[in-house]
Amino acid sequence: MAEKKLTFEQAMARLEEIVAQLEAGEQPLDQSLSLYEEGAKLMKQCASMLDKAEQKVTKLRMETTGELTEVPFAPLEE
Amino acid sequence: MNEPISVTALNQYVKGLLDRDRLLGRVYVCGEISNYKRYPSGHHYFSLKDAESAIRCVLFRREAAALRFQPENGMKVVVSGRVSVYPRDGAYQLYCAQMTPDGVGELALAFEQLKTRLHREGLFDPARKKPLPPYPKRIALVTSPAGAAVRDMIRILGARWPMTEVLVVPVRVQGEEAPGEIAAALDLVNALDLADLIITGRGGGSMEDLWAFNEEEVARAVFRSHIPVISAVGHEPDITISDYVADRRASTPSNAAELAVPDQEELRETLDHLYRRLDRAVDRRLQRQRDALVRLSGSPFLRSPLRTVQEKRMTLDLYRQRLVNALDRQTGAHRQSVARLAAALDALSPFKVLGRGYAIPYREDGAVLASIRQVKAGDPVDIRVSDGTIHCRAEGKEKHQWQKRS
Repeated sequence: MAEKKLTFEQAMARLEEIVAQLEAGEQPLDQSLSLYEEGAKLMKQCASMLDKAEQKVTKLRMETTGELTEVPFAPLEE
Repeated sequence: MNEPISVTALNQYVKGLLDRDRLLGRVYVCGEISNYKRYPSGHHYFSLKDAESAIRCVLFRREAAALRFQPENGMKVVVSGRVSVYPRDGAYQLYCAQMTPDGVGELALAFEQLKTRLHREGLFDPARKKPLPPYPKRIALVTSPAGAAVRDMIRILGARWPMTEVLVVPVRVQGEEAPGEIAAALDLVNALDLADLIITGRGGGSMEDLWAFNEEEVARAVFRSHIPVISAVGHEPDITISDYVADRRASTPSNAAELAVPDQEELRETLDHLYRRLDRAVDRRLQRQRDALVRLSGSPFLRSPLRTVQEKRMTLDLYRQRLVNALDRQTGAHRQSVARLAAALDALSPFKVLGRGYAIPYREDGAVLASIRQVKAGDPVDIRVSDGTIHCRAEGKEKHQWQKRS
């Protein structure tokens, strides 16, 4: 399934949708349970995305050739 | 001096007089602008007047371009320059070197003017403001790569939402080159689609230091950006034209970083909250199912088949009992018949009489001796009595007379 590729935003949106659906409680029990399962999985996914994230900082640089490149950037401490 | 001279010569003579005058070479004049005209050449012409008098003034292209505010009719200004003659018209006029607003600061006036103009043009229209992406993938920081502002922004972005990439687009943020660089950087990020959110700004400074963000060039670049822009210039009380045009104004660069991305701590709380809701919802769902089950199992619809089964089982038990009883009765009857027959048999048994003193003689080969003809003297004879057998030997034999009669 495409689940793996969900962005945090998408995962979060799906999660809210699942919770709302479950709260409305209009689906059959087995569907409720599979929604719950999906929700729990998304929850874990979101948390692990937060845990694993590492900030990436680059700087745009104009080469002498006029070409634009991105180089790693670390701001100097003052 | 009776010789007539040419008009040109006269004008040149007067011009010479004025040009040589030390006072007229550098005057400061205050007055109100009227008849202000901009020519395609770039020169500006106007009159400066007070209650009684007026003087023609000219502001050449180079000086006009250096003005930060826009001169308007009725505006009170102080002009510095020299007085000379324009020989072609024979008119003396004030050649302006500088013009400053009278009473208000030049920058303040320029700010107000641009603000009014852009506002009228609709650049501040709230309806034109783009929403910020809730989870930006990449933020372009159009700012100076040195200094506290960029460092603070990167630190706060990283702490709150490290999933967002940060691209620093280095520009000068003060000085003459700054507005052009900032505007070009904004256009570049848009043209190459380098980010889905832009923060442009700088740390605090004087009004002069922050001026680039009050330039029309920057304001227009912010306005035409199809990528949402957060403006973050100076400290809390500093408001620039960029702030008005931007999709969102941040009071400081740090504040911009806070506005730009969600806080992961809050998101984790939201996640926990969602998890509790998810749990509760599914619990409720299960409870409802349980309740339904209990309700159903209590209903006569579900109970009656069970009762029927029980009733059938009871009937079955009854039948089985009757069958057993019937069988029992039958075997009882048989048993009685057998007993009767056995008793009858028993009564007929020849062995029955042995108890009463009768005995049965057997020959050696097992045949019962019923006649004297079956033995001769010396033959072994077994005599069966009620409790055993006596082994004997025939001594002799004698025929009885009554035997003949029967």
